[in-house]
Amino acid sequence: MNEKELNLKQLKPYGDTLNDSKVQLSFTLPVPNDEKGKEAARILAKKMGLSEPNVALAKSLDKDFTFYIVYGTCVHSVDYTEIKVQAVESKVMEMEETDEFIKTHIGRKVVVVGAATGSDAHTVGIDAIMNRKGYAGHYGLERYEMIDAHNLGAQVPNEEFIRKAVELNADVLLVSQTVTQKDVHIKNLTELVELLEAEGLRSRFIVVCGGARITHELAKELGYDAGFGAGTFAEHVASFAVEMLAKKLNK
Amino acid sequence: MAEVKEKIRLDKSLIDKARNSAKRVAENTQSFIDLHTTIAVERAVCRLLGIDGVNEFEVPLPNVVCDALYGHDLLSNGAAYVIGCLIKETGLSPQKIAEGIANGEIDVAQFKPISHLEAREAVADAVNATIQRIRNNVSTRKSFLAEYGDKDTPYLYVIVATGNIYEDIIQAQAAARQGADVIAVIRTTGQSLLDYVPYGPTTEGFGGTYATQENFRLMRAALDEVSREQKRYIRLCNYCSGLCMPEIAAMGAFERLDVMLNDALYGILFRDINPKRTLIDQYFSRVINSFAGVIINTGEDNYLTTADAVEEAHTVLASQFLNEQFALCAGLPEEQMGLGHAFEISPEVENGFLYEIAQAQMARQIFPKAPLKYMPPTKFMTGDIFMGNVQDALFNIVTIATNQRIHLLGMLTEAIHTPFMSDRALAIENAKYIFNTMKNLSDEIEFKQGGIIENRANEVLKRAAELLGDIEKMGIFQTLEQGIFAGIKRSSDGGKGLAGVVKKSDIYFNPFIEIMKGEAKQ
Repeated sequence: MNEKELNLKQLKPYGDTLNDSKVQLSFTLPVPNDEKGKEAARILAKKMGLSEPNVALAKSLDKDFTFYIVYGTCVHSVDYTEIKVQAVESKVMEMEETDEFIKTHIGRKVVVVGAATGSDAHTVGIDAIMNRKGYAGHYGLERYEMIDAHNLGAQVPNEEFIRKAVELNADVLLVSQTVTQKDVHIKNLTELVELLEAEGLRSRFIVVCGGARITHELAKELGYDAGFGAGTFAEHVASFAVEMLAKKLNK
Repeated sequence: MAEVKEKIRLDKSLIDKARNSAKRVAENTQSFIDLHTTIAVERAVCRLLGIDGVNEFEVPLPNVVCDALYGHDLLSNGAAYVIGCLIKETGLSPQKIAEGIANGEIDVAQFKPISHLEAREAVADAVNATIQRIRNNVSTRKSFLAEYGDKDTPYLYVIVATGNIYEDIIQAQAAARQGADVIAVIRTTGQSLLDYVPYGPTTEGFGGTYATQENFRLMRAALDEVSREQKRYIRLCNYCSGLCMPEIAAMGAFERLDVMLNDALYGILFRDINPKRTLIDQYFSRVINSFAGVIINTGEDNYLTTADAVEEAHTVLASQFLNEQFALCAGLPEEQMGLGHAFEISPEVENGFLYEIAQAQMARQIFPKAPLKYMPPTKFMTGDIFMGNVQDALFNIVTIATNQRIHLLGMLTEAIHTPFMSDRALAIENAKYIFNTMKNLSDEIEFKQGGIIENRANEVLKRAAELLGDIEKMGIFQTLEQGIFAGIKRSSDGGKGLAGVVKKSDIYFNPFIEIMKGEAKQ
């Protein structure tokens, strides 16, 4: 194989030349900043699959902690042609299109209930999707004519979230998880689905989760209908939810 | 801190108008506060009387005592009165009395009523011991600062948040050695909604570490160690907010914390804690913080994480005026008012940096004695760490160009994870570089008359004054109901903790408020 050609069966990192396999990384080791520490960083980089690692920086963070920036040539490649990912596959509609879609295919307002559930005190994610103003110029669900949006805020216990969802006769549940330390988001998300299933309510709602570390794949694994990660705006969530709801109602 | 020069020509009559409106709002609210106490205030009184520890079910003794008082409708007399009666009757210390209540040997309902004066006399020894202990802490801080001096450039403030106090200590000491001046131990998610303060050292937490008195003590000792080694006083910060606001203030006073997040409205808006409860609690907590020489930090920066930083800048200023006036009602000197604001304008806004300069300089001129707390970009941090480092650098420039006091370092990995040790080091390096290379920049800068910066500052001031005029008409409770701040509506009878609000009886007294406020005024 000519090293100058792109081979998707053996995809390699690009530094400044095709297939040069150059990567950069940084990490801290809990050892003093000396030659021995640098060698440890180099050996670790080799074990990570970098040939000819170059420790560009070794800097003391404290007496027994050193920060390294390392460059190297990655010995691995991936077969890009074999990769399959699960992504949300709905057409993304603008706000007006979504409202129109709801009028045509559902014929009534769609009730969406959202919250940052469990121990999570951060409203930034759910606010970005739901608040009227939205985020970065993308209007939130409260602004949608055909969506009746209820943002319950943060630290909503899963039991209360479900109670509210039933009370408001929700079609769609949105769950935001921002704090991910020690995988607390997995615990919160799992608990919600388990509670819904225990009460026989899972099929009643479209259940969607979101957050910086949420992927669609993870969401599906946990029993959600969809998961949205960083870079998601209200229109992504709305498009998915109303399309799925229309399919569900018109079965 | 350097004298604040009037670099932006601000409309002084508008500043006065805004400040007077805020003053009347605070004074009207204060007359409500003065008539009431809360279960958290009384638990704080118990702590200050020397009651500590937990019962066999891990319930803190201040809760055991106050729950018993509450259960017998005695809370309105105040914990100090009832404990005073029990001291007189039994000759026991407040701690022994609390233990007696916990193990059932003492029935709070069975005390022999004595006069107000006799009760005061009975608790006087316990009160004086605590007052002396806090005074000692204040003088220890002063002697550290006298020995090592205090920097006149912005304090570098970093957070640690591992959940494990012992791991926090490793990170905090490393950060202090790298140059951090203030270490804040972030609390575990959800602690603000606990109606008790956990006890003892803790090693488990989510997104932070439990605020316990023992954790305070451990971290204080660790930072004193680095202070001596570095010949620089390292300040310790925690969160005096939530349902236990005054208790945390008492714990902080005991363990010589230096800085406390302590906002008058934050708990109401962002934790849905009942407005009445919060306003009464914030008052006593600020009286304690004032006496203990603690710099409070207010949370206006949070408004901008939910609302737009350009459109809603005036709500930040309005809230600063209110926090200032509420703090003055609690006797807190301006030198301890770390009013909050933030660098949260979208990087895509044209001339956004100029607006940030305008708002930061305006705040300095309006609150010249206050050690302002300036918060870094968070809302528009995306996970692009390289861009993030640039955003943080711009934020650092505004701080040094306008001489902010408490500079909360931005982390390039904001929005990805709680900071690695290296993230903190990079942030400190970034700030140190900029603060050194631009050390006297602010002395050199003058702003163009009628320019973008001056006009922006006056526009924000004008809108804040108008808003405060409206708030003055409505009063604080209605303002909260209307969703004026951060777009969040809170009803005065909604939220958590209302049940713990009690009207004071005629016999009520809080011996600490009297001494602490008296002293702070001198």
